[in-house]
Amino acid sequence: MATIYIDDKPYEVKDGQNLLQACLSLGLNLSYFCWHPALGSVGACRQCAVKQFKDENDKQGRLVMSCMTPASANIRISIGDAEAKEFRQDVIEHLMTNHPHDCPVCDEGGECHLQDMTVMSGHHDREYRFKKRTHINQDLGPFINHEMNRCIQCYRCVRYYRDYAGGRDFNVFASHDNVYFGRHEPGTLESEFSGNLVEVCPTGVFTDKTQKKHYTRRWDLQVAPSICVHCGLGCNTTPGERYGQLRRIRNRYNGEVNGYFLCDRGRYGYEFVNSAQRVKQVVYRRRDDAGVETVEKAVKGDVLRYLARLLADGATAIGIGSPRASVETNFALRALVGPENYFTGMTALETRLVSSMIEILKTGPARTPSLDEIGDADAVLVLGEDVTNVAPMMALRLRQSVRNEPMAVAHKIGIPDWNDAAVRGAVQTKKGPLFIATPAATKLDEIATSTYNAAPDNLARLGYAVANAIDPEAPTGDRVSAEVRQLAETIATALKGAKKPLVIAGASCANECIIQAAANIVWALCKTEHAAALSFTAPECNSVGAALLGGRSLDEAIQTVRDGRADVVIIAENDLYRRAKRADVDALFEHAKHVVVIDHSPTATTAKAEVTLPAAAFPEGDGTFVNNEGRAQRFIQVYVPEGDVQESWRWLRALRVATGKADVAEWATLDLALASVEEAVPALSGVRNCAPPPAFRALGQKVPRQAHRYSGRTAMRANINVSEPKIQEDPDSPLTFSMEGYRGELPASLLPSFWAPGWNSAQALTRFQEEIGGPLRGGDPGVRLIEPAAGSAPAYFGDAPKVFAVRKNDRLAVSLYHIFGSEELSALSPPLAERIPALYAALSPSDAEALEVANGDTVELRLNGAAWRAPVSVRPDLPRGTVGVPAGLAAAEFLSAPAWISVEKVSAT
Amino acid sequence: MQIIENIYSILRSIGLVFMHAFHKRETVQYPDEKPYLAPRWRGRIVLTRDPDGAERCVGCYLCAVACPVGCIALQTTEDETGRRYPEFFRINFSRCIFCGYCEEACPTYAIQLTPDFEMCEYKRQNLVYEKEDLLISGPGKYPDYNFYRVAGLAIGGKGKGEAENESAPVDPRGLLL
Amino acid sequence: MMSILWPLITIALALGIMLTSASALVWLERRMLALWQDRYGPNRVGPFGLLQVIADTLKMFFKEDWIPPFADKTVFFIAPMVIMTTALLSVAVVPFAPGFSVVDLNIGLLFFLAMSSMGVYSVALAGWASNNKYSLLGGLRASAQMISYEVFMGLSLMGVVMLAGSFNLRDIVEAQEHLWFCVPQFIGLVIFCIAGLAETHRIPFDLPEAESELVAGFHSEYSGMKFGMFFVGEYLGITLISAMIVTLFFGGWYGPILPPIIWFFLKVFVFQCGFILLRATLPRLRYDQLMSFGWKYMLPLSLINILITGAIILAKR
Repeated sequence: MATIYIDDKPYEVKDGQNLLQACLSLGLNLSYFCWHPALGSVGACRQCAVKQFKDENDKQGRLVMSCMTPASANIRISIGDAEAKEFRQDVIEHLMTNHPHDCPVCDEGGECHLQDMTVMSGHHDREYRFKKRTHINQDLGPFINHEMNRCIQCYRCVRYYRDYAGGRDFNVFASHDNVYFGRHEPGTLESEFSGNLVEVCPTGVFTDKTQKKHYTRRWDLQVAPSICVHCGLGCNTTPGERYGQLRRIRNRYNGEVNGYFLCDRGRYGYEFVNSAQRVKQVVYRRRDDAGVETVEKAVKGDVLRYLARLLADGATAIGIGSPRASVETNFALRALVGPENYFTGMTALETRLVSSMIEILKTGPARTPSLDEIGDADAVLVLGEDVTNVAPMMALRLRQSVRNEPMAVAHKIGIPDWNDAAVRGAVQTKKGPLFIATPAATKLDEIATSTYNAAPDNLARLGYAVANAIDPEAPTGDRVSAEVRQLAETIATALKGAKKPLVIAGASCANECIIQAAANIVWALCKTEHAAALSFTAPECNSVGAALLGGRSLDEAIQTVRDGRADVVIIAENDLYRRAKRADVDALFEHAKHVVVIDHSPTATTAKAEVTLPAAAFPEGDGTFVNNEGRAQRFIQVYVPEGDVQESWRWLRALRVATGKADVAEWATLDLALASVEEAVPALSGVRNCAPPPAFRALGQKVPRQAHRYSGRTAMRANINVSEPKIQEDPDSPLTFSMEGYRGELPASLLPSFWAPGWNSAQALTRFQEEIGGPLRGGDPGVRLIEPAAGSAPAYFGDAPKVFAVRKNDRLAVSLYHIFGSEELSALSPPLAERIPALYAALSPSDAEALEVANGDTVELRLNGAAWRAPVSVRPDLPRGTVGVPAGLAAAEFLSAPAWISVEKVSAT
Repeated sequence: MQIIENIYSILRSIGLVFMHAFHKRETVQYPDEKPYLAPRWRGRIVLTRDPDGAERCVGCYLCAVACPVGCIALQTTEDETGRRYPEFFRINFSRCIFCGYCEEACPTYAIQLTPDFEMCEYKRQNLVYEKEDLLISGPGKYPDYNFYRVAGLAIGGKGKGEAENESAPVDPRGLLL
Repeated sequence: MMSILWPLITIALALGIMLTSASALVWLERRMLALWQDRYGPNRVGPFGLLQVIADTLKMFFKEDWIPPFADKTVFFIAPMVIMTTALLSVAVVPFAPGFSVVDLNIGLLFFLAMSSMGVYSVALAGWASNNKYSLLGGLRASAQMISYEVFMGLSLMGVVMLAGSFNLRDIVEAQEHLWFCVPQFIGLVIFCIAGLAETHRIPFDLPEAESELVAGFHSEYSGMKFGMFFVGEYLGITLISAMIVTLFFGGWYGPILPPIIWFFLKVFVFQCGFILLRATLPRLRYDQLMSFGWKYMLPLSLINILITGAIILAKR
């Protein structure tokens, strides 16, 4: 800690900061543009000028840029000094000369950093009388709207897009006051993280194009803390609702998870919630004796009674849960049908993979890092995962982690971390060790030290070899080639030489050996007194939660129904056709007498159900997800959905009540439901603590979901009825659907949005953090359920798999993931549609040659009687003997590894 | 002494109030006698059009947020050329207090208060005015202003650099830039 | 026959006159306040808005007569009746004209004082029975205020009694045939007027129902005709105090030319207007000021008044 003097008052600040960070952390108002907490300082905009004095007798002082001056001990500065104030005012006046007169039609208005800073610096009269420079806008794709006239040349966008996120198709052009930020030609921004430009840009140059279609000002949105459902990382989000429609997703800072950014899938995948096809009413599908189906909308009470009758008549009911449903939903289903009749909804393979990940993290000595800690790693091995497409935000972290090792160069010559331009100058293009071993090339390869593309078994063998190179006691495969051994040695040396080595693996290759190999490597490192970390990606938003809850696999469920041991099948938020073979699922529907599906979006499974109950999508209900790190996080209802829609666990509870298995008071609130979860499932103990209970009050008040400026409360529904309805009640959280309540310091898991007086943009965040870039006050949201076991390390996993053997006719299916398309829910969102790739079957050049096909030719894939045709895409990075199929897009059977598919050319007729 | 002064003061007040019996009454006998309403009287709210006859409202939500009783609700939308206008615009006059903040907040002079207050209804529901009820055909009190002529946003019929005080768009590919 | 009928007629007349004047006073007060505030007041219903009274009464009758579930129901029910009854009973001793009063009690003045003390019960009980903090505060204020001001209200009249040598109101009026007591008993008059204002809790002494502090004080929870009774009780009180001022200090029915009864009501009307004029002029007192004013100034003053009056009477003998 150091003492600094600001306007003659002493303050204690943390070492290693610059003055701007120190002032903002202290809650002082100081304007800035080019500085961003994640991007560091470059001192370009001159907006954060303060007066620095030599000592207490110095009355003259000199202007310095606070973002470029270290907050060293006993430094004396003045923010309020007249000259400094005038300087800041002049700077903003010059920045504003060309700013167009269009705040009313600008989407940034109301949460604009430029507006805030203009007011803060006191500039109010435009004295520039000449013509304004104008620019032509570009079409930057379905996510980002471009309005270049509003630019104030702070360079944050290029620094973020190129330096931070590693994008290459965006730059700055021209010179002096004509500088232009955009692409070399109009076109879709390629980066998976382009959406963050909206929040990085201090004004309205880059705005959210999906929100523009149903635009709402920030103050009119009803918001609540939520969790992204589009991958297993559990990024924190703030969904905003207006007029019963989800209007946008914004990042919600969580220092340990997503930090300042979100990926485009998380940000723009929300529109499935607004879909007109959503299941919003109870649907009953009647089938008469002749087999003719009629679909009718049913009354909730009638259907519940009907279902209660079905369940009561001594019928055996089985429940199929889902890794995309909340912990509460899965548990409620388990409670309804009994643990012996509960199935996780994941295939046997997936259940095994996720369970073994949890087992490894629980029994082994290696700690799983939070997403934030991944960015601190200084040597990384990625085993089998296409991180950018499976867990995008992890890729953004890895892009930062490669900067850690070369940072030593900057440290040696005394450049602080925050001095971005100087650091980049010192580091140049040096990258830290990052090794990527995947079946096919990935986008991260461009920053990797070396890459290795091979079939999944061979990837596992590399992993075993690395473990063996670190610790000779670790097993290795037979016949390890010199090339692999060489690579393993390199990797082992890099990992051993690092302070914070990290291995990333996951379920993408559907290969348990890869997971075990990753465990062996990290355990070997742990033996050598390394703080080695092991991170697994999770396939879906609650895969880990569902696995912690336990239960048998989907395959067993299908078998149970086939054997006639189940009359009623209840499926919660799961599209079985995406997971199991079509023939199997068809058999399930054929053998089951009654099928009840609870889901929010129409799927192939809901189409077959006798009764479909409308479930709440993530902003419409409360629940808990457990992310890949084992962090349980609460998502809180943003708005009350219309119609019969309610949380799946509430439907299941209603069924329990209707069948007389529970009384009405049971699980009246989410908190009570979670209490039962903790009681019944020790592995999940702690889930209740990831957010304060509904009875929580701050100074006796609830927490408002609406901004204090929320408008139209007496007119929004006036067209329906001029008398305003009673405020909706929320039994599940301490939040209220109103403008009234406590605003101020709150437990971070309840913070609906970040706002402070004078800070209307996302930059208000500094007021809620303990330090810049640090945790939120009161601790970051979420409770870690998985911690490494103390005591001796478990034995290494046994022998490595055999070398991948190419078969003559069949080819091994390898799932190729796509950020847009592979995930089920986001794929239903229209803005993503044009980014979803067309179907293809990828072949290596040698395979293509053997089959005599070229790019674009159609091939037929056949497996167990199922056939599927797709155009060929020849990919040189793909290993011989495999066929790449797009995950989530192709039929499930071709993705359920290990699938040996026969590929045949279809002659063009 | 003080007490005498106080008693005198009370008696004098009573006398002064009594003398008001002979003053002229201020009340206007309203329905029989219509009072003068100034042009800037804050009565029934209207939405005006710009001099070209197009809707002035750009759906910026500032009137709604300025409204202390929250009686304005709207949804902005865009036509195919990028011009913003309200998809719906609703004022619940049964809540309106005619404070005029909406008019003050409006950056385009679209929303204006008029000298008309006779808008009673037997049913409260009839006091909910939609855009069709609010929109008038003229520019109201500000005949000349046209927001889009000043703002730097391109809309149909006005490209980049064609607004007032704007130079032609820069070509970032040009030489010597 | 006549001996039974005449008292009945008198009672009916007295009741009729008092109730009518009380309700007319509601209209009068609104019109007069308006007059002094340069307004019109109610002028739409009937000629000069006179039928406003009927409209208001009808409204009052048709309002829901609601007893709060948390109230002490019996007491809540009784309280408004008490104020009406006591006020009307006091009227019994008022001599409207020679030979025209309901009873001719030889302790008429004491009866009036006794009845007006009973009024405290109404207010205190109403405040208590409502089970509402504002009502209770109002009730407490009212009882303290009325009990305090009663003390010197009684004392202020002792001068009059000494001069007239009787508690009989008829005798007191007749004692003023030549000189109204407002002259020799000026101090008594002033004290009585102030105490009378406080007794009827009129502005500036309306602390028990101070709407800006206590919603509506002791009758916050009352509605419909129960509230109506408090309302009428208050205006009866004004009429009664005015009638007593006239009887005790302004020679009752005495006056030239016009018949005595007209003179009596003319004088009463002037004092009613006086009450309204005070309301139009004076702001409400602070509660501690009210109490200290009563005990520190009014009580000694009334005692001095008795002393001096007594001394003069003794000296004259």
